[in-house]
Amino acid sequence: MSAQAMTATGHGSVYSGDLRSWLTTVDHKRIGVLYGISALFYFVVGGVEALIIRLQLASADGAVVGADTFNQLFTMHGTTMVFLVLMPLSAALFNYMIPLMIGARDVAFPRLNAFSFWTFLFGSLLLNLSFFVGDPPDAGWFGYANLTSRQYNPGMGIDFWILSVQIMGIASIASAVNFTVTILNMRAPGMSLMRMPLFVWMALIVQVLMLLAFPPITVAFIYLLFDRFFGTHFYIPDAGGTPILWQHLFWIFGHPEVYILILPSFGVVSEVLPTFSRKPLFGAPFMIFSGILIGFLGFGVWSHHMFTTGLGAVADTAFSLGTMLIAIPTGVKIFNWIATLWGGHIHFKTPLYFAVGMVGLFIIGGLSGIMHASPPVDIQQHDTYFVVAHLHYVFFGGTVFGLFAGVYYWWPKITGRMIGEGLGKLHFWLMFIGMNLTFFPMHFLGMDGMPRRIYTYAADLGWERWNLIATVGAFVIAVSVLVFFVNAVRSVWAGERAGGDPWDAATLEWTMSSPPPEYNFAVVPAVNSARPFWLHKYGPTRDISTRTKEEGTPSQPETPPERIDLPSPSGWPILAALGLSLIGGGALVGLWLVLIGVAVLVFGVYRWAFQPLERLGHPSFGPAPGGGR
Amino acid sequence: MSRERSTFLQTLLAADLLLLTACGAAQGPDWRTLRPVSDFGQLGAEVYSDLIWWTLGIFVVVELLLLYALIRYRSSRSESEVPSQVHGFTALEIAWTLVPAAILFFIAIPTVRTIFELQGAPPTEDPLEITVIGHQWWWEFQYPELGFVTANELHVPVGRTANLTLSSADVIHSFWIPQIGGKRDLNPGSENRLWFTPTEVGEYYGQCAELCGTSHANMRMRVFVDDSATFSEWAAAMQAPAVPDSAGAMTFLISGCAACHTIAGTPAQGKVGPNLTNLARRTTLASSLIPNTPEHMANWLRSPDSVKPGALMPDLNLDEQRLNDLVRFLEGLR
Amino acid sequence: MDPHATTFGVHSRKMAMWVFIASECMFFGSLIATYLSYEGKSLVGPTPEEILNIPLTSVSTFVLLMSSLAMVLALDAVQTGDRRSARLWLGAVIVLGGLFLGGQVYEFNHFYHEGLTLQQNLFGATFFVLTGFHGAHVTVGVIWMITLLVMSLRGRLGPERSLDVEVAGLYWHFVDVVWIVIFTVVYLIQ
Repeated sequence: MSAQAMTATGHGSVYSGDLRSWLTTVDHKRIGVLYGISALFYFVVGGVEALIIRLQLASADGAVVGADTFNQLFTMHGTTMVFLVLMPLSAALFNYMIPLMIGARDVAFPRLNAFSFWTFLFGSLLLNLSFFVGDPPDAGWFGYANLTSRQYNPGMGIDFWILSVQIMGIASIASAVNFTVTILNMRAPGMSLMRMPLFVWMALIVQVLMLLAFPPITVAFIYLLFDRFFGTHFYIPDAGGTPILWQHLFWIFGHPEVYILILPSFGVVSEVLPTFSRKPLFGAPFMIFSGILIGFLGFGVWSHHMFTTGLGAVADTAFSLGTMLIAIPTGVKIFNWIATLWGGHIHFKTPLYFAVGMVGLFIIGGLSGIMHASPPVDIQQHDTYFVVAHLHYVFFGGTVFGLFAGVYYWWPKITGRMIGEGLGKLHFWLMFIGMNLTFFPMHFLGMDGMPRRIYTYAADLGWERWNLIATVGAFVIAVSVLVFFVNAVRSVWAGERAGGDPWDAATLEWTMSSPPPEYNFAVVPAVNSARPFWLHKYGPTRDISTRTKEEGTPSQPETPPERIDLPSPSGWPILAALGLSLIGGGALVGLWLVLIGVAVLVFGVYRWAFQPLERLGHPSFGPAPGGGR
Repeated sequence: MSRERSTFLQTLLAADLLLLTACGAAQGPDWRTLRPVSDFGQLGAEVYSDLIWWTLGIFVVVELLLLYALIRYRSSRSESEVPSQVHGFTALEIAWTLVPAAILFFIAIPTVRTIFELQGAPPTEDPLEITVIGHQWWWEFQYPELGFVTANELHVPVGRTANLTLSSADVIHSFWIPQIGGKRDLNPGSENRLWFTPTEVGEYYGQCAELCGTSHANMRMRVFVDDSATFSEWAAAMQAPAVPDSAGAMTFLISGCAACHTIAGTPAQGKVGPNLTNLARRTTLASSLIPNTPEHMANWLRSPDSVKPGALMPDLNLDEQRLNDLVRFLEGLR
Repeated sequence: MDPHATTFGVHSRKMAMWVFIASECMFFGSLIATYLSYEGKSLVGPTPEEILNIPLTSVSTFVLLMSSLAMVLALDAVQTGDRRSARLWLGAVIVLGGLFLGGQVYEFNHFYHEGLTLQQNLFGATFFVLTGFHGAHVTVGVIWMITLLVMSLRGRLGPERSLDVEVAGLYWHFVDVVWIVIFTVVYLIQ
């Protein structure tokens, strides 16, 4: 495709190409789209798992599914939502938006980026393969030892679970290296750290959390794998080991993981609220520092998941106080968001609905979290539906609503089309009502004594009413998700074309066409404020009359004035990812497959390492000669 | 959607949430965890109520602030004007850092005090020692000082502190009777402690609260807080159980039951399954899953897996005659 | 704008290796922490006192330390374009790294025959997993070094590629430092 064909208006030329172009892409924008589609697909899968769970629990002594199937369902639901939905959906937004927001043309390591995606995808397929062999994992998404030992769990389910999450963990660590370097090292000139958008800041903290939190769970899994495959006794009490080791290692990962899951949403809200209030984020430096503090403190509170384990009063006190401490920077964020809205001119568009919904719902989740921080209270709430309520208010109300705010906000930029406001708002209200109907009553169920992870309950306990209401709410959520998909398809098919800056926003990603050209920026911007595009449009004064540009015109030129060279597509990342997954899957089949996997991985890595990033015929833009593929 | 309609809907939503909360709160006094019948539960419930009031208060204030901002500052002007571009206000930042810190301080004090109280030594010199051992999927209760073992139904005398030693024979379980108080895990290979002094005579429901396998949901129990006379009578009967001689006794011994179960006063001394001494005195069977009636007993024995999925008790394949003998025998154990 | 300009003035690949090393610190940190928490908790022998050979392991520690020295010299040689020295010192890293690995293999084999296996007790499990994964990291390093040596022999490792050698060196030094910690914690402080 010639340089002339790469017009600034894009309109899908960034996404055109055959299957092979998608399998070998190293473009962060395409990779972001791949992550997004995968995440939304698994959202439906995890959602269906939840609906079956809710159907079973709608009445006492339910008979929709049996005991084992139920245990498999909540295990897969939790694992899917955490690792196959929330993390990849965040990854989708990170991938697409971060280079655009910092003024870069791609991430630091484009092929590593592709490797991360394919590794994640193959890992996710391995997990769901367990369904097809009839042996999905059934020990919960947190898989406590020693229920996961070979003795008490002889089948292959746990093995599927360990290997697939381990593989996806490698994808995450690779991504974390990539994005840490990208954010630190590839910012446009003049974009100091304190001028970086909040979304990018939260993303940076998330990368650091992933780098430091995934290794402990990698080790936890290694020990479990060795126990199950090689007969070691890391978690076996009869040989002196203790299952509590698993809890420590898992939660040293698990608690930072929940911040990995919520910080991207925090970042989105910090972008959306200012745009739709038409004023800056209130207290931006405080928002940055509170995010850093949350990330840092998040490593010191893991045993608040273990208040019933019997760690002793001193340990319980230390972790309790640490947990309460984290509430302070979190509260700071909530107040700053409210202050951002305060005094603004609030435009009620769909992204704003979801962002505000996130704040309102997260407040509830945060408050139930404060209750959990107190051991005397937590020993009543732990392992009950009160926790199920808490976690869904923060993960669904917090993360899902926040990420949907991001999806709606950046939809025009990514697709080049507007997405329907009417259906968007319908999606919001149905999801908001459904979510509260489903999860608020769970507080009551927990307070009334209903434990978690039970496939049925007796009729004489008085739990049926709230369970039935929760089930109704779950189906309302399902309808809302359907509405979203209808809206999405309509938009992509026939939505109104979007300009570069549909929301009159302040940051760099809005300065070029929608979707962006393959090279993102025709000219790398020079940045001299935290709101560079706003400054460009409105100048330093507040009065609209000094606005110097026509509304909707991007500030980037249509064609690059100088030649831009982009990395070539490459097939080695997907091959290497395949090799890695064959090693994992091979552990379930036989040594021969493991060895084939090693060979494929080594081969793929070597070819990748010796392949130049830009090869003959690589994408090139700008003045000829040399333009064209 | 018009501005007015969206504001209306938001207010409606807020009202709905408050209504839900109110409905819940109206049922509130019924919630088991807030109706403790022991000192242990009472200490926890005090902190619990404290926290409920704090969080409700914070909820109302913060959500109202949010709602107010949304309603008051919705845009009514044309797109072209911008509001005052306020960047921040340090004094506010300090205020909304210190105020939550202060609130947390007030929450931390009773929290820490109660942590140490609950995990300290039992409040009396001479508690009733009980050892609880978790199994997949039933509860073993040993009374070492009184010299007997029972299962799934725990009896304790009102007003006397019970000191429980908790452990597991297989995977991690969690001992929880909501009205007695908070839960404590049963870990294989180590021991946990929990004490409580029950204050009200009654029967209380309890359940395992840590996923422990297929029938985790079915690992239930009953706690009977008895007045001292009833408790003494029960303990005496446990110490010297009457075992009727019958055809069923023979069936019990030769059908393999004795390999897993103990009935004090008989040759059956198996330790794999629940102790069945004085089984007929229990109100429930199969870890409080089904009522203790002859029909339920017969169903249970006929096909354990269909009553309790994954149950380790095998299908005995007894003909109806043998089965009825067995049931009659077991129902005579009091 | 220079397409290779970076905000911190550090090449991205070097920064990436540092970042990766931070993650690996947590990895080995978890393995070491578990070793420590299970120290003395084995129900049966062999115990560390009975079976660890400090003199022998001190030698292999020294060997690994020397390999880091060789690595520094190799990088210097590549940076100054001294091809002969580069090959010599890269070869030295490989030989010394290989010697270290040989020592590990010998030690593991010896322990196996003394009855210490992965399954035998907690000491066996934590020891072999910790030192085994370290050995795996050394092996990856050795393969990496061999690759660099082959490149050098083909005349493809001039000063313009010194960044690649520097990054490999960072990895190598890190693996060495991890060994120092393991040696101290497992062998010296019992």
